Amino acid sequence: MDSPARAKLLAQPPMMHDLAAHAMQHLILAGTALGAALLLGAPMGAICARSGLLRGPLLAAAGIGRTIPSLAVLALMLPLLGVGVPPAIVALALLAIPPILVNVDLGIRAVPAAALDAATGLGMTARQRFARVVAPLALPVALSGVRTAATETIASATLATFIGAGGLGDDIVRGLQTGNDPLLFAAAATVAMLALAVEAGLGTLVSAMEARR
Amino acid sequence: MSGATIGFDDVGVRYADADGDALRGVSFDVASGEVVAIVGPSGCGKTTLLRTVNRLVEPTSGAVLIDGVDVRTMDAVALRRRVGYAIQAVGLFAHMTVAENVGIVPSLLGWPRDRIDRRVDDLLERVHLDPKRFRDRRPRKLSGGEAQRVGVARALGGEPGVLLMDEPFGAVDAIVRAALQDEVTRVVRDLGTTTLFVTHDVHEALRIADRICVMNGGRVEQLDAPAAILANPATDFVRRLFEGARA
Ligand SMILES: Nc1ncnc2c1ncn2[C@@H]1O[C@H](COP(=O)(O)OP(=O)(O)O)[C@@H](O)[C@H]1O
Ligand SMILES: [Mg+2]
Repeated sequence: MDSPARAKLLAQPPMMHDLAAHAMQHLILAGTALGAALLLGAPMGAICARSGLLRGPLLAAAGIGRTIPSLAVLALMLPLLGVGVPPAIVALALLAIPPILVNVDLGIRAVPAAALDAATGLGMTARQRFARVVAPLALPVALSGVRTAATETIASATLATFIGAGGLGDDIVRGLQTGNDPLLFAAAATVAMLALAVEAGLGTLVSAMEARR
Repeated sequence: MSGATIGFDDVGVRYADADGDALRGVSFDVASGEVVAIVGPSGCGKTTLLRTVNRLVEPTSGAVLIDGVDVRTMDAVALRRRVGYAIQAVGLFAHMTVAENVGIVPSLLGWPRDRIDRRVDDLLERVHLDPKRFRDRRPRKLSGGEAQRVGVARALGGEPGVLLMDEPFGAVDAIVRAALQDEVTRVVRDLGTTTLFVTHDVHEALRIADRICVMNGGRVEQLDAPAAILANPATDFVRRLFEGARA
């Protein structure tokens, strides 16, 4: 952030109404990253479950990905993609891929062999077998990976402020720097509430799916 | 649809990663509507033989014919939709209701909704599951015997001319097993479906089959009516297998 902008920010009174706009920004950031992670991570998980050859390297990469701190991934974006929203989305998506990939693989491999044998033996094509049997049976496990990814993405999006991508992190940093405790607290609580709400929502969905079986 | 005929013509199977043959020189014919039991010790090739009929296993030599047509010339998916298939592990689809499971082949065949519904109710009644109570139930809420019944009903969904069953009564206790054997036999006889079923239980074979195919080491030792096998076992192996089963 350049100094005139910072001076302007610091000059402002603690405006809580910014919070709603920043929360929206925060959700768009996290949601876009999560969507991209789904588009990439789910097929990669499906490939893992099918291919004995690719499974090892992909899962190892996912395992390493999970151990790298969010802040480090964001910082890595700076020299590569600069500052702003796009690099933040790339970083958050990279962080969200591993839990999705791992759970899609897990869910698909947990489909009972007897169900697969029956599906083939009853005359499903490979595509029908995936759409009608494998995908729905793997869905609850896959969704719990999405739930982990969503919660982590919402929490990590707080750090996007450090590469100038906005979101609720802006308010937390501003609250810290100006000693505005109410703002700091309100922003932190909003992040926590968003994360918990998404976690609870997806959790309920997963339990509802499992209860129907 | 009445039963199709099945022909095994010098069928041999060797799995890619095995050194021995799983099947060698298997030749016999099954008549329309006939119920044939395949018995023999574990690993003798019963499952392999069954799976050559719906091309889950492709013979390395010889041919399998349905109504005189080599199955290799048919589209495998289309073939499987007209050959019923039920297995010991049942493999019901846990995310579907009983009705959806039983209606799966009709739905793959593109039947209209009302025809599928009628077929599902008819089959559930035939296997003694009240459609009103069982239609909307999930497989998880079924007992072992009920699940096996649904598995057989599902195999018959598309009005197949041939029914293949691999130890379909294996996973239930003796009393449920006897009831299932009687019911399922009656159903396939009523429908006229040509039936091949695998069992390791010689009493089950004697009880429900028109003919019994005794296998050993990938070959057919004897193929005959139950009474003939008991009266004139072709080999020592057959005699020993049925020892104690003579009434
Ligand atoms: N997919 C397979 N790959 C390699 N060998 C197999 C395979 N399936 C079965 N076999 C072997 O073929 C033989 C016959 O097996 P199977 O037909 O399953 O016998 P059964 O059903 O009578 O127990 C056994 O020796 C078994 O180990
Ligand atoms: Mg077997």
